[in-house]
Amino acid sequence: MPSSDTESLRGVEPVEPSGGLGVAMAATLKRDLTLAARRRSDIMNPLAFFALVITLFPLGISPQPALLATIAPGLLWVAALLATLLSLEALFRADYEDGCLEQLLLAPQPLPALVLGKVCVHWLMTGLPLALMAPLLGLLLALPAESYLVLSLSLALGSVSLSLIGAIGAALTVGLSRGGVLLSLLVLPLNIPVLIFGTGAVQAAIIGDPVGPHLAILGALCCAALMMAPFAIAASLRISING
Amino acid sequence: MWAFIHKFGSPKWFYGISARLLPWCWFLAVALILVGSIWGLAFAPADYQQGDSFRIIYVHVPAAFLAQSIFVSMAVAALVFMVWKIKVADMAAAVMAPLGAAMTFVALFTGSVWGMPTWGTWWIWDARLTSMLILLFLYVGVIALRGAFTSRDSGARAASVLSMVGVINIPVIKYSVDWWYTLHQPATFSIASRPSMPVEMWWPLLLMVLGFYAFFIAITLMRTRNEILRREAGKHWVRELAAGDA
Repeated sequence: MPSSDTESLRGVEPVEPSGGLGVAMAATLKRDLTLAARRRSDIMNPLAFFALVITLFPLGISPQPALLATIAPGLLWVAALLATLLSLEALFRADYEDGCLEQLLLAPQPLPALVLGKVCVHWLMTGLPLALMAPLLGLLLALPAESYLVLSLSLALGSVSLSLIGAIGAALTVGLSRGGVLLSLLVLPLNIPVLIFGTGAVQAAIIGDPVGPHLAILGALCCAALMMAPFAIAASLRISING
Repeated sequence: MWAFIHKFGSPKWFYGISARLLPWCWFLAVALILVGSIWGLAFAPADYQQGDSFRIIYVHVPAAFLAQSIFVSMAVAALVFMVWKIKVADMAAAVMAPLGAAMTFVALFTGSVWGMPTWGTWWIWDARLTSMLILLFLYVGVIALRGAFTSRDSGARAASVLSMVGVINIPVIKYSVDWWYTLHQPATFSIASRPSMPVEMWWPLLLMVLGFYAFFIAITLMRTRNEILRREAGKHWVRELAAGDA
């Protein structure tokens, strides 16, 4: 009955999307979390990279605990930053290749909010595990024990900004075939303030200074990035898709 | 207002008006830089501590001023391009980026040459040197991103977004680096406040700064005109122009 089929198709009203912004964000979060849970190696790779880079430094510099302890805060932070950067390239890549990104752009809900959901999952899958793993690597670098908590806190807080700023670069380069090196060139200079205050917090904890100010500034950077970055990410995605 | 913006946005109108402005800008630039450099290099008194080596300030400070101003101008042009889709604004932003990177490099290079006799080292990880170096990387990023796209329009819009993100970040980077480490002498030159250097050293510096700005405007106008001709090569008025010249 082909005729009734076409008639029934003609009769179909364009379906109004059910549910508002909350539903759409929850769906984005759920979808990305499911995808991440099915590709566990993507979660493990940045962690393995982090551990491997930290292993290189005692071999390359010196195994003396006194020397390693002084440079440990910076090493841990730089290695974590690079590990985050490494994982950023995949943030929009798969969605770009299978067309999901276009669907996201066409969704009636505002794109910045949906993108925020994706970045949130990226942080849960990279920033948070890195922050939890850092004290273990700090142990290897003879980092004083009293700074472990601050190290984890500063990394957890700082990596939110790293994910958000990095997502701008990832969105700008997702349409390019070899965007990896370009991505680091764009993102690394913008991440410098986070690095400065992150290592500052750990160093302050080691010498017994108050860590509150450093963490407060990391929090401020995080808030500013949360406010502004989603719009830049959304604009960049539109450029990458339409171009 | 809107008519004015659209008129200003027309490459043909811009091409005409810039042809009239250009000689004045070049004249100002050459005159100011010539007078400023001869005055500064030959007639200004030598510094009582640094001797003649301080004279590199007459290149170093104007270049550093321009390095930062050009990034801001580039971001403003990017905003105008993104909001009103004015093509000339993007052409200007495109030609400003390499000039800004060159000025940042000049500021870093002359600072390094100046640092050797004064501080006894080519490079120190001081706040202002570091933030200038980061500025250079930001310029390189914008130029590289524009070049990476095969479609000129996508490249233009991507570079615009990056310039705007960069210009929001520059103050953050600057203050965080300042906090991180401060060893550099405080700023020696400010238009608003009273000069902290003798007046006979300050005047040539002012001329040089103004001259560098005039040079920036002149070269931006000139290169934007070239860019207009390149991008609008298929347009009727450009063909007529080419036929008339030939």
